[in-house]
Amino acid sequence: MKYLILIQSNERSLAVWETLTDQQRTDFGVGHLKLSQEMAEAGVLVASEGLADPSLATWVSVRDGRTIASDGPYAEVKEHLAGFYLIDCADADEAVAWAAKVPDAAYTQVEVRPVLDMSGWDF
Amino acid sequence: MAVALEDLLREYAPQVLGAVVRRYGDFDTCEDAVQEALLAAAQQWPIEGIPAQPRNWLITVASRRRIESLRSETARRRREDAVSHEPATAAVPSVDDSLTLLLLCCHPALTTASQVALTLRAVGGLTTAEIARALLVPESTVGQRISRAKQRIREAGARFALPPPEELETRLVAVRQVLYLIFNEGYTASSGARLHRVELSAEAVRLTRQLRDRLPGDGEVAGLLALMLLTDARRPARTRPDGALVPLADQDRSLWDRAAIAEGIALITATLARAPIGPYQLQAAIAAVHAEAARAEDTDWPQILRLYAILEALAPGPMVTLNRIVALAEVRGPAEALRQLDAAALGGHHRVAAVRAHLLERTGDLAAARSVYLDAARRTLSVPEQRYLAARAARLRAP
Repeated sequence: MKYLILIQSNERSLAVWETLTDQQRTDFGVGHLKLSQEMAEAGVLVASEGLADPSLATWVSVRDGRTIASDGPYAEVKEHLAGFYLIDCADADEAVAWAAKVPDAAYTQVEVRPVLDMSGWDF
Repeated sequence: MAVALEDLLREYAPQVLGAVVRRYGDFDTCEDAVQEALLAAAQQWPIEGIPAQPRNWLITVASRRRIESLRSETARRRREDAVSHEPATAAVPSVDDSLTLLLLCCHPALTTASQVALTLRAVGGLTTAEIARALLVPESTVGQRISRAKQRIREAGARFALPPPEELETRLVAVRQVLYLIFNEGYTASSGARLHRVELSAEAVRLTRQLRDRLPGDGEVAGLLALMLLTDARRPARTRPDGALVPLADQDRSLWDRAAIAEGIALITATLARAPIGPYQLQAAIAAVHAEAARAEDTDWPQILRLYAILEALAPGPMVTLNRIVALAEVRGPAEALRQLDAAALGGHHRVAAVRAHLLERTGDLAAARSVYLDAARRTLSVPEQRYLAARAARLRAP
């Protein structure tokens, strides 16, 4: 079963980040590197990335066959996706155990979502 | 030609590995060596021709590769004496070790994911890259699963030998489960990029056939093979030309693979007559009843209901209960089915809600049906699900 562990950035997480010492911030980064490595060694890691700042995002739409790419909308976004781990493990319990190791979980929270699984559907 | 050679090599893979492990004992090193030998054959045979005794060629090359790898390892560790015996290249024992190998790959010390990966490589003869593409995970992930699996086998002190008879059945449960997982992975994900994807369902059928050759008396192995054949037979009817998925009741049954159905039905009929009953046989029997109905409305629902009732007693689970209740609605009407559905307390899974809504609709309680449909839709985020289905369906259009 594949699970996506989502790490959101929001006002709360930014506020927490402000309170961290340099050493804590370093440990935080190292924690992510170590976790990726641990997931890879356990044979569960499918992909993991941190995402660049949302100000670098491009919004894409297609209307009447024309692709429109824009830097907007600039509306106040309170929360954005900051990074993710996509893992392939035995069950939800194991996914939660991995999520608990994400450094963010110790300060704010992370979200675990199963990838839609169609096995057992009778077609 | 390329395909034929590939099939040939994969047929030899477990035999060669079995022979090499039997001779030297160290599964870990031997498995790597055999992979290298298969690769060498894939490169050399198309140019130099297939050797007179291909199996012996592979065993000799694998043995040599094993020694080379041990030598370099030894040099690194300065332990020259580790290379104790040179390969005796002459006689190859004609013992068939593929069952032993399959049992080792499904060793209880391994996680299911590792069992699947190791089985596909060591018994199926697939490369790590092919397995990764089939499972839609990175190659490095599969590589880790395989190397961890081999490490755990070593740590568990597992020997390359058949388990004692009293242990065999427990071990076979894991083997059947792994084969069925491989089949389902291929069946439900068959929409993946076809061009690059190893056909996992076909691979599972091939390995299960091999297993059945070794254990012709095992009713559950036969049942599993029949279940795979009967399920896979519907594949051509599972999607419309435009790519949409078609539920069983609406499938164009003239598209079903008649040869696979005939084989599956003959197999399950013969097996039910002689072997102790088991969950795979029951599921195959249910698939056979569906297969025997020329039209959906001809389905022998009382028979399906009886089979589900036995299956529920033998291998209970929420999906089995739900399927039994669906059959019950066909036999005794939606009201009775609704009563049993409520009594079964199957939880909030959206398929339960979908069945409940369908049953309510059939009792004529349209208002309640509507509200449950809406509830099911909300619970399952039906929009992404539909998008997902549409995306999957679209991928099926690739040749």
